[in-house]
Amino acid sequence: MNDTVAKQAEAAMIPPVDVFEDAAGITLYADLPGVPKDKLDLQLEADTLTIEGEVALDVPEGMDATHAEVSLPRYRRSFTLSRELDTGKVSAEFRDGVLKLRIPKAEHAQPRKIEIKVA
Amino acid sequence: MMARTLFPRDLFAELDRLQRDMQQRIDLTPSIRGLGRDGFPAINVGGTPQSVEIYAFAPGVDPASLDVQVEKGVLTIASERKPDTPQPDAKATPHIEERFAGRFRRVVSLPDDVDAAAIEARYRNGVLHISVPRQQAAQPRRIQIQSGDQP
Repeated sequence: MNDTVAKQAEAAMIPPVDVFEDAAGITLYADLPGVPKDKLDLQLEADTLTIEGEVALDVPEGMDATHAEVSLPRYRRSFTLSRELDTGKVSAEFRDGVLKLRIPKAEHAQPRKIEIKVA
Repeated sequence: MMARTLFPRDLFAELDRLQRDMQQRIDLTPSIRGLGRDGFPAINVGGTPQSVEIYAFAPGVDPASLDVQVEKGVLTIASERKPDTPQPDAKATPHIEERFAGRFRRVVSLPDDVDAAAIEARYRNGVLHISVPRQQAAQPRRIQIQSGDQP
């Protein structure tokens, strides 16, 4: 079993997301609180986008958890992208635990106004 | 574990009671303000001999707008999260809308031995970490005895 498979097998939380589509592309927001920038992993494989993040909290030594609503140390969620999206031009911002992804549509898929000629 | 019952009942009733008893132990802190599951922000609480540590998972909140208060042993975290909806002129279509937006308030009861004056709060990577120190146990002190000679 290789490392990626082992990672995939680990239990993870599903982060809540918002997805909006406009004429030029798709914007995705994901809540990943507790994930530092260097523990965020974005992967594009064929038409699958995977968001993965590891939670790193500043926990004092010898702390006993008494109440936990966030009980797993990892977030993971995958999306299937459609073909008109240009995966080569994805841009990402990550701030205060919120990931913002912008996936533009490929140029040929951008809307064009078709002129109708009247004979 | 068989509990002493005032009116002995059949075995199935006893099993039923046991099951409910277990369920209640699994459910964390039944609270008068509801279970708090799926609430925003999610909260983790932990303790050490020196402090109580509270972690509120509140991504995308302006730290300046976070209001943390302690009153009568109850810690309140309140603020507002603005929605990230696009400008109306972008003519965007929402496909998925799961993230919380709006005002929120969550409360945590603190133990009696905390020092409310020395609470520290930090906001990092979308997590509000509140550290509440416990009161220093009375330090052993040597008491000086003054001589009783009055002028």
